[in-house]
Amino acid sequence: MRVFGLIFKNTLRHKLRTALTILGIGVAILLLGLVRTFIAAWYSGVSQSAPDRLVTTSKINITFTLPISQKEKIERIPGVKQVAHGTWFGGIYKDPKNFFAQFAFEDAGMFHLYPEFIVDSATMHAWETQRNAVIVGVETMTRFGWKVGDIVRLQGTIYPGDWDFLIVGTYTGRTETTDDSQFIFRWDYIEQRMEKEWPARAGEVGWWVVKIDDPARSAAISKAIDAEFDNSADETKTQTEAAFQQSFVAMSGTIIISLQVISILVVGIILLVAANTMAMTARERLSEYAVMKTLGFSGGHLFGLIGGESMLIAFLGGVVGIAAIFPVAHGISIALRAFFPVFPIEAKTLIIAAFSALGCGIVAAVFPVTRAVRMRIVDGLRRVG
Amino acid sequence: MGLILVYTLRNLMVRKLTTALTVVGMGLVVFVAASVMMLAHGLETTLVATGSDDNAIFVRKAANTETISLVMRDDAGVATTQPEVAVSSDGTPIAASEIVILVSLDKAGTTDAANVVLRGTQPKALELRRNVQLVEGRMFTPGTSEIVVGRSATKNYAGCKIGQSVRFAMREWTIVGMFDAHGAGFDSELWGDADQVQQAFRRTIYSSVTVRLRDPSQFEQLKTRMETDPRLTVDVKREKEYYAAQSEMMSGFIRVMGTVISVVFSIGAMIGAMITMYAAVANRTREIGTMRAIGFPRRRVLTVFLIEAIWLSLLGGGVGVLAAAMMSFVHVSTTNWTTFSELAFGFALSPSIVIGSFAFAIVMGLVGGFLPAVRAARADIINSLREA
Amino acid sequence: MASALVDVRGVSKTYHRDKVEIPVLRNLSLEVPEAEFVALMGPSGSGKTTLLNLIAGIDRPDSGQVLVAGTELGTLGESDLAKWRSRHIGFIFQFYNLLPVLTAFGNVELPLLLTKLSGSERRKHVETALDLVGLKDRMHHYPRQLSGGQEQRVAIARAIVTDPTVIVADEPTGDLDRQSAAEILDLLAQLNQTYKKTIVMVTHDPRAAERAHVQRHLEKGELA
Repeated sequence: MRVFGLIFKNTLRHKLRTALTILGIGVAILLLGLVRTFIAAWYSGVSQSAPDRLVTTSKINITFTLPISQKEKIERIPGVKQVAHGTWFGGIYKDPKNFFAQFAFEDAGMFHLYPEFIVDSATMHAWETQRNAVIVGVETMTRFGWKVGDIVRLQGTIYPGDWDFLIVGTYTGRTETTDDSQFIFRWDYIEQRMEKEWPARAGEVGWWVVKIDDPARSAAISKAIDAEFDNSADETKTQTEAAFQQSFVAMSGTIIISLQVISILVVGIILLVAANTMAMTARERLSEYAVMKTLGFSGGHLFGLIGGESMLIAFLGGVVGIAAIFPVAHGISIALRAFFPVFPIEAKTLIIAAFSALGCGIVAAVFPVTRAVRMRIVDGLRRVG
Repeated sequence: MGLILVYTLRNLMVRKLTTALTVVGMGLVVFVAASVMMLAHGLETTLVATGSDDNAIFVRKAANTETISLVMRDDAGVATTQPEVAVSSDGTPIAASEIVILVSLDKAGTTDAANVVLRGTQPKALELRRNVQLVEGRMFTPGTSEIVVGRSATKNYAGCKIGQSVRFAMREWTIVGMFDAHGAGFDSELWGDADQVQQAFRRTIYSSVTVRLRDPSQFEQLKTRMETDPRLTVDVKREKEYYAAQSEMMSGFIRVMGTVISVVFSIGAMIGAMITMYAAVANRTREIGTMRAIGFPRRRVLTVFLIEAIWLSLLGGGVGVLAAAMMSFVHVSTTNWTTFSELAFGFALSPSIVIGSFAFAIVMGLVGGFLPAVRAARADIINSLREA
Repeated sequence: MASALVDVRGVSKTYHRDKVEIPVLRNLSLEVPEAEFVALMGPSGSGKTTLLNLIAGIDRPDSGQVLVAGTELGTLGESDLAKWRSRHIGFIFQFYNLLPVLTAFGNVELPLLLTKLSGSERRKHVETALDLVGLKDRMHHYPRQLSGGQEQRVAIARAIVTDPTVIVADEPTGDLDRQSAAEILDLLAQLNQTYKKTIVMVTHDPRAAERAHVQRHLEKGELA
């Protein structure tokens, strides 16, 4: 305990230097946490996936549509419990910068496939009875200040023209990391207009969501579904929801790798700041270390002293940095909501941050300790002061 | 002045370890900042290079990417016969009506899929695009399932070498040639016969029509006439601007994220510099006292330490820029969020990035070194001389 | 005859500085019986401090042996030597070398942290030592709040708190004014006479040397 007191007092010797080091480490830890949260945001779709949901898309490309006639055939495949379709709309609300995800769901059945979207029954009923109804996630509602009963106009890109939607209610996400920014309306609203204006495009959906009875059989069932449409004009590719989400992540693979590289570089900076301080501090105290060695303190003791100081500073830096992650990440999540509907601070991120700080605290002490231990006592005593 | 420069540099060399650590720290920050800017610039350069100033492209109104654009056959015919369109020696317009489809191909060496642009085009495609040349093999034969691929496509996608074939829409498409678009977006594309592509995907419409202008200055009148014609629903854009706009979202994002990261990063480096400079001041207290006793004004002392901070910055900046320059050899490929298609690009260094990086480094050094320098200048002579 | 407490046998030591060899001790032998107070004197560069360092176990000779209380220091490894030092040697430096972040109490307690004594036992020893040097009322002061003479007395308390076999002092009065120096020497004499402590002191102050039993002179690494 005495030793801890000595360590603590040593850090107070150069208050400014200690404070700056803690701040420097704190900033680097903050950055590490932010970068890792960026990465986690990319993967949030994957982490939200359910093991008993499959996604069936066109084999040519996920942007291709599939005919609605496929539904019956998929339903008949053993192991399939429920099938519903979703379609990407991709419209513009006033300005392309105001991006948010817009989907056309087949019917209320789709909502049952996604129990993590919580909708009250009155809203659901309104949605089922009004063709141009839309249910909007609370995140997007607050973002644009919409109210239930508002009419929202979107400029279609894939489905050309202007489209008016009536907001009948909102949905909330079951957990912190559920995407509650989506804009969900009815497929028959698109279909009705396509039949009139572009008949060739009627009867087409974006993808199938398939709920299966046994997640362990997902590979077999996926194969069975694809085999059904093999060598037809609309070949399919079925995979687990997790794999489907993963493919989106892989599209931005380069950026994610860059972020991971940056997070390593950041840890490097933490180390440099900590090592720099400890090296300077140790050099100034070499004569003291010599005295302690004279008194009989061993290399292990010196490691405890120097390492302890280094780790205390690193620990405090870690605390500062981790505390800062929360408000800053919140700010970023608002600024970048068009890109990331979910910006989750994961426990894993915080643990990595904490260990990085402490790890750097230890490593930063290595060089000064080695120097202090190797130094001959007589050389150390020769230094005055 | 020369003496001060040498003196300050010598001081840094004496404390090798801490100088090295600070320089590496700053270098890291500059490296990250410069690399991010190079990446954004590389993305823009690729897309800007896609397209030339004397071509115009017709797409459906509000379709900022060809994959969602729909141009009817008749409208395409109207576009190619406008008076502003240039003609070849045989009197036919230098134009191509194209259908652009996204197909899934595996990335070479992995099982990850990429969304690749398949451009169904017409024989005038190469004449229309002077920046693109066929460098290996031959052009595809119209009426067949032959295709030619770009330089990046052949490298990045599985099965895309000359002689191999890829399969989609229930057909085998054989690669018979490779073209080089010199880093433009086309390098990541596959080009085939428009009619064949339309048939395979059961389409009857085009995505876009690209024409060569007789005189680039006539663009405005063409644009106004076409966009106000009630029979058509098209946007007319300069080819270069159209593709350049596709980089905005992503390069904007890269820039914002990069700036945030760099700023936060740089704060860490500035603190590192500050710690080093404070220690330098503390260790030379007697020296400073002597200088002041001899007659150097406070201003001079301040200058000396600021110059040392600038030396650190220049060294750190140099290290960072050099490392970042190495990145020019790295090529990346990712999905462009605007077009949803795979795009290969690289890190492009520009003079402004180099200058900006050094400026950034110097700012870091000055901010980090300022307060310590002030402390040095403020030191009391008597106390300084007394200090051990 | 009882063997000497400190027995130096034919030690030699050469320093290497920038590729130049500087012989400091040449085949030197010395015996210090128990309870003796010996002053080592000589001009600068004569090797007296080096000899002291060898006896204290903080340096090793190139050849020859150093025995203290029957233990040959050359047979001990680094960590064993450290342990040995903590038990058998009390070192007093010219520039006091107190840790600035610890109070007088803390500085004196420092060597005891290496022992298995409990907190209250350590406290007893520290207070006894500080009492002996007459600074009990300054226990909780920091070195910067003490005068040079007081700092050195704290250093002496630190040197004796473990009840070492030998007290080793390197120019203990070198940095003090005449008054404080006299006080320190009184203290050392008291330690030797009343408590029978064996003291080996390096000094070039003749007044300090007078307070010792025996004076040995070194010249160019040899006893004169």
